Amino acid sequence: MTTRDRITSRAPQGSVPVFDGDPLFLYLVRHADDNLILAQRLSQWVSWAPELEEDIALANLALDFLGVARALYTYAGEVEGRGRTEDDLAMLRTEREFTNVLLVEQPNGDFAHTMARQLFFDAYQLGLWEALSSSADATLGGIAAKALKEARYHFRHSSTWVIRLGDGTEESHRRMQAGIDALWRFVGELFVGDDVEAAMVEAGVGVDPSTLQEAWEERVSDVVSQATLSVPDDPFQRMGGRVGFHSEHLGHLLAEMQWMQRAYPGMEW
Amino acid sequence: MTTTSERTSPAERFQAIIDADEKIEPSDWMPEGYRKTLIRQIAQHAHSEVIGMQPEGNWITRAPTLERKAILIAKVQDEAGHGLYLYSAAETLGVTRDELVELLHTGAQKYSSIFNYPTLTWADIGAIGWLVDGAAITNQVMLTRTSYGPYARAMVRICKEESFHQRQGYEIMLRLCNGTPEQKAMAQDAVNRWWWPALMMFGPHDSESTHTNQSMEWKIKRISNDDLRQQFVDMTVPQAEYLGLTLPDPELRWNPERGHYDFGEIDWDEFWQVVKGHGPMNRDRLEHKIKAWEDGEWVRDAAAAYAEKQQARRAASRTGG
Repeated sequence: MTTRDRITSRAPQGSVPVFDGDPLFLYLVRHADDNLILAQRLSQWVSWAPELEEDIALANLALDFLGVARALYTYAGEVEGRGRTEDDLAMLRTEREFTNVLLVEQPNGDFAHTMARQLFFDAYQLGLWEALSSSADATLGGIAAKALKEARYHFRHSSTWVIRLGDGTEESHRRMQAGIDALWRFVGELFVGDDVEAAMVEAGVGVDPSTLQEAWEERVSDVVSQATLSVPDDPFQRMGGRVGFHSEHLGHLLAEMQWMQRAYPGMEW
Repeated sequence: MTTTSERTSPAERFQAIIDADEKIEPSDWMPEGYRKTLIRQIAQHAHSEVIGMQPEGNWITRAPTLERKAILIAKVQDEAGHGLYLYSAAETLGVTRDELVELLHTGAQKYSSIFNYPTLTWADIGAIGWLVDGAAITNQVMLTRTSYGPYARAMVRICKEESFHQRQGYEIMLRLCNGTPEQKAMAQDAVNRWWWPALMMFGPHDSESTHTNQSMEWKIKRISNDDLRQQFVDMTVPQAEYLGLTLPDPELRWNPERGHYDFGEIDWDEFWQVVKGHGPMNRDRLEHKIKAWEDGEWVRDAAAAYAEKQQARRAASRTGG
């Protein structure tokens, strides 16, 4: 693991990631975390959507991401071999042990913010799952192939909304642009690899995220221009999710999500 | 004796369909009272599904396991789907969904009072599935035979999903009752709070019910409130016994002469208080619903504006503009 210090460099000087282990386990868990945290965010929309059809759609998205998270956690638990279940991994790790990208933990904001977050992440997952469909790890490949089908629907849903809102009314245009501006600083992290990814690429299991960037930019800029919007030219990109250096939002999200397992430890539900 | 359709009046043809136990369809003539009753009832049913998303949605983000979370999201999603389905059935009677939503927001139309109680613990999600969905199914199975075709057909599909929900709710209760003493106490507390409101879901006694007689004659309603309530009690008591939970009614006991369970009197003061808007959560539920609707207005406006622009663009490209 020669690139270990590249990881820590994204967190403050002196901080050390609190996780360690089999790269495959870490690889599966980080993607599971992405999907779980986004599912949790989307599920917060239920009963708050702009119309009933969208309540159904957002719940559907939440279910899809949750389903992928569960499959990945379960497999990660098997790989780790210590008997941890999907719930142990989801409910009993701390803020510093979660390795999701910062984008997915950002609050829902208004519907435009949520759709901007979704566009960025859906466009990323299209490339990710496509690449991982041919993973040398058959289990991961199977999960990816199924997720790819869902990702195509997700991307259609978010891109359609971004275009509608961008090219809708003056107010929706303003809100959609604000959503894109607010979340742009979290997209760079999607494409920066570390030693975990390097090990997975070498094993033919994973994908180098930097190879996903070009197609992502094409997809997103196509949607953004159809929506009569633009992306900010601020080069600043915030990093740290993959080493557990999160925004302040994640702790609150976990406090809510993990409440039952923390308050009533070791029970069956 | 044969009568040609030219010689019978629309009212006679309507009655003949009802008498023959066939379905009234949207294009058939129907008495204005029949139409109004159905709009009121189907809309109230649709509103109940939509408002019902709130108390259960309250536990989605805190569900104890990922599997429970997935099941609960899917359940609440089903409720939104039922709402859509029922609004569509109401629209066949000549009203729009937007009009009905407006009537809900102004308080002119109601939703089931059961949703004016709060979900305080995880066990409430089990109790709602078991008792509230159980009571709803008792009513809805009857409605699969209601005389208005679109409503009856909506009910067939909804009943299938509801019975699935009820089994899931019962399964949550079973897990709690087989768990630690703390979990069992949580289950008992939930049943204590939900049992009587579930019985209230069937409405006032037949002798007090203003709509029952006419609705029974039109075969919109096919079993009376009190009979449905008895069916529900008879079905549920053995289930509670299996769980080892006590239903909070000291007068509840098997009556071998009647072949039914006897049970105590509902607190009708509480019932009417909640109906009239003074239940624990009436105000919260409606404010939540209205806020979601108002917060979403700019999104709906944008979708409409975009659709208009697209239409104009297509028209322009057709004329070579």
